[in-house]
Amino acid sequence: MDASGLPVERSRRPYLIGLGLAFILTAIPFALVAAGTLPRISTLVIIAILAIVQVLVHLRFFLHIGFRSTPFENLAAMVFAGILIVFMVGGTLWIMFDLHHRMMM
Amino acid sequence: MAALPTSDTQKYEDRAFGFWIYLMSDAIIFALLFATYLVMLGNTARGPTGQQLFSLEHAAAETAVLLLSSATFGFASVAFAQASRPGVIQWLSVTAVLGLGFLLLEYQEFSGMIAKGAGPDRSGFLSAFFALVGTHGLHVSAGIIWILVMIGQVLTKGLTRPVASRVMRLGLFWHFLDIIWIGIFSVVYLPGLV
Repeated sequence: MDASGLPVERSRRPYLIGLGLAFILTAIPFALVAAGTLPRISTLVIIAILAIVQVLVHLRFFLHIGFRSTPFENLAAMVFAGILIVFMVGGTLWIMFDLHHRMMM
Repeated sequence: MAALPTSDTQKYEDRAFGFWIYLMSDAIIFALLFATYLVMLGNTARGPTGQQLFSLEHAAAETAVLLLSSATFGFASVAFAQASRPGVIQWLSVTAVLGLGFLLLEYQEFSGMIAKGAGPDRSGFLSAFFALVGTHGLHVSAGIIWILVMIGQVLTKGLTRPVASRVMRLGLFWHFLDIIWIGIFSVVYLPGLV
């Protein structure tokens, strides 16, 4: 179905590709944590990168977000929400950990 | 596809866009719950930490069930596009069962933690944990109720245009919850167990 809810002929292919990719991108970080062989920091970095990639995979193959297929307003709303999230989460962590650091002194 | 009056198409496009804006605001709520969790991570009040409470197998099972349910919902959408009423009902039912399986796993996890004295009242860390993961669980519960309502509508009203539009928005909601879950296992469970 497209944005207006019109049923559009579509195959299971994108869902199967998405499921396969998501399975791989989930299995790697879980296996890394289960094995526990890599240093803590490298494991955390790999988890973060794979999580971002997996979010993009879900947006593409499950939510069918595309630069051409998705209406401009939807993309604009998504980018706006993304900017708000970066400001609010980044700002929260910056202020709270800075405060924490100062309170320790 | 029969030609529809422009106003009708416009109506459904407006609804889809309105629902999309709701999802974006919901994403901001979750983002701030994640930020709260990270700030509270060290505030365990000498209580149990994530390392002692989380189970990798349990988190993996929850992840697998939810991920699979996202794909089965996709199959329901495909069945809808192919105008297969039994297909839609079958795949929506499978999705609802997988969603219930997820909630059951989460219920076991939460009740096990509370029984160990690690409830939301134990520490700031646990308050933030239950607020974040619990809010996601509430969303999944609402999604399951919505799926059951849509199964009812497909049974009684058939594959009509308004039903198609609702199932499409439900799909956005359900896939969105799976994206939030990626954040939960990548921010809460895996780093907690590293």
